[in-house]
Amino acid sequence: MSELVLDAAPAQPRRARRNLFLILGVAVLGFLAAVATLGPLLTPYDPNEQDLLALLEGPSAAHWFGTDQVGRDILSRLIIGTRLTLLIAITSVAASGVLGIALGLVAGYFGGLVDRVATALIDLLLTIPSIVLAIAVVSVVGASATGLTVAITASFVPPLARLVRGRVLELREEDYVSAARTIGMSTSRLLLRHVLPNAVSVIIIELSLLAGQAVLVGSALGFLGLGVQPPDPEWGSMLGSSREFLEVAPHLAMAPGLAITVAVFGFNMLGDGLRDRFDPNLVL
Amino acid sequence: MLRFIAFRLALIPVVAFGVITILFVIFKSVPGDEATMVAGATATQAEIDQIRVQLGLDRPLLTQYVVHMGRLVTGDLGYSSTFRGNPLPHILDRVPATLALMAASILLTVLIGIPAGVAAAANQGRWPDFVISSVVIGLLAIPNFWLGMVLIAILSVELNWLPSFGATGPLSLIMPTIALAARLIALVARMTRGVVIEEMRKDYVRTARAKGLSANATLSRHVLRNALIPTVTVIGLQAGYLLGGSVVVERLFAWPGIGDLLLAGINVRDYTLVQGIAVLFVAGFLLINLIVEILYVFINPKMRYV
Repeated sequence: MSELVLDAAPAQPRRARRNLFLILGVAVLGFLAAVATLGPLLTPYDPNEQDLLALLEGPSAAHWFGTDQVGRDILSRLIIGTRLTLLIAITSVAASGVLGIALGLVAGYFGGLVDRVATALIDLLLTIPSIVLAIAVVSVVGASATGLTVAITASFVPPLARLVRGRVLELREEDYVSAARTIGMSTSRLLLRHVLPNAVSVIIIELSLLAGQAVLVGSALGFLGLGVQPPDPEWGSMLGSSREFLEVAPHLAMAPGLAITVAVFGFNMLGDGLRDRFDPNLVL
Repeated sequence: MLRFIAFRLALIPVVAFGVITILFVIFKSVPGDEATMVAGATATQAEIDQIRVQLGLDRPLLTQYVVHMGRLVTGDLGYSSTFRGNPLPHILDRVPATLALMAASILLTVLIGIPAGVAAAANQGRWPDFVISSVVIGLLAIPNFWLGMVLIAILSVELNWLPSFGATGPLSLIMPTIALAARLIALVARMTRGVVIEEMRKDYVRTARAKGLSANATLSRHVLRNALIPTVTVIGLQAGYLLGGSVVVERLFAWPGIGDLLLAGINVRDYTLVQGIAVLFVAGFLLINLIVEILYVFINPKMRYV
């Protein structure tokens, strides 16, 4: 280990870093969004078209990422899968955002019995590992893109509600909140116009990090066969079905795994970049 | 201290009760008739009806719930179609494999994550920090099952060094452990780095340096002790991740643990088995949190008087 830096760190690298993170995040997500939007225009082949003369082929000029066990073009499937992955991640994060914010606001602001019941429920749900909760929900709703979205939402609401509640508890004591209450502002207006805007940066940061988690959980369930069902090309289920060909065709597992990693990386960078910018107290 | 532990231990059944209730509601709303599922595809209507009565499925939901809870107290999880009876002993058979995987992962996390975080903090803004922080960012983005597949492709298929699946001795534990621990290592390294940097800015560090203590001694004797508390918290909070992640990793490596059994249960719609394992997961999670809180007291003397 070289000489230790025991002085406070200079401010310059931090500013550079937070910009780098944000730029990386926005660039990666922008690229993925473009791929998802243009989707069918970019695919060299039909993603579900089987070519039985080209099974498990490695990367070539005709098939950049090779072909799978029934001769489908992996690149085309990845491109179409981008849409599924982003759609599931964004829908579930938006839904858990709405539910988590509502639950956290109500529990944190009103306190008392409402808070105690809500907190007890949140704490209970938090003791169930999110993937186990997601598995339970998928077995009720069914293994599909919808089931996946509901499952991810269900496992994200408790941590989000807890975060919002904590922030609201702090804000409730602020002078401007009691001032607004004194002049007779309605509770819903007070919550939406004064409390929520002050909690919003924390929430947005958490939501973008959760979006990365959503991609991870969604693809994990797909990998386990509990997510989007074949032949729909979801990245996680593509990986799941490539498991048995790992010995003969390891290339099958490379592209989808890389795609998941890139998507998660994009959301993580966005979240970290936003956190560096809006929450200067953190050193992480 | 003993009273605190006793209180927390007593809390476990209370929380477990709540979780079982939630799971009971979830699994009772699974579409499809339970008796038909248990009876199998070839059963006649008479057989299905007989099973329905045998399992008490013809009774009102509330009665079923009370009976279910009463049985649970005696350790009877109900009728599992996989094991044709109470699945508890079969679940417990699988516990050691999962525990071994989790223990190995936590050990690897402590051995790699904490030193990496300290090294990054001590070299803040220089190349070791850059390298470690970049690896952390990478590890947080890689899904554990894909990392596992890459490991298999390289270490088993290409190099033939390690067995690619099953539990066949200590060697077979290596790849599942790396796959499961990777995320935790990254989280712990990042946390340790942040906390150590924060601690190094505090006055006591300047005092220690001013009285002539070397930089390394200040770090190991003063900074590290304070930095360990949040680090232990992270490991504790991520216990849920380890349990959940073990499901995926066990499936990938055909590791004979509880997670593997859980998925087998899901595949044949054996919800008695699934519920039993879920409850066990929750109990394990609470137990790990308790252990973390006891550890706090040892790390942080301030807590001893609380």
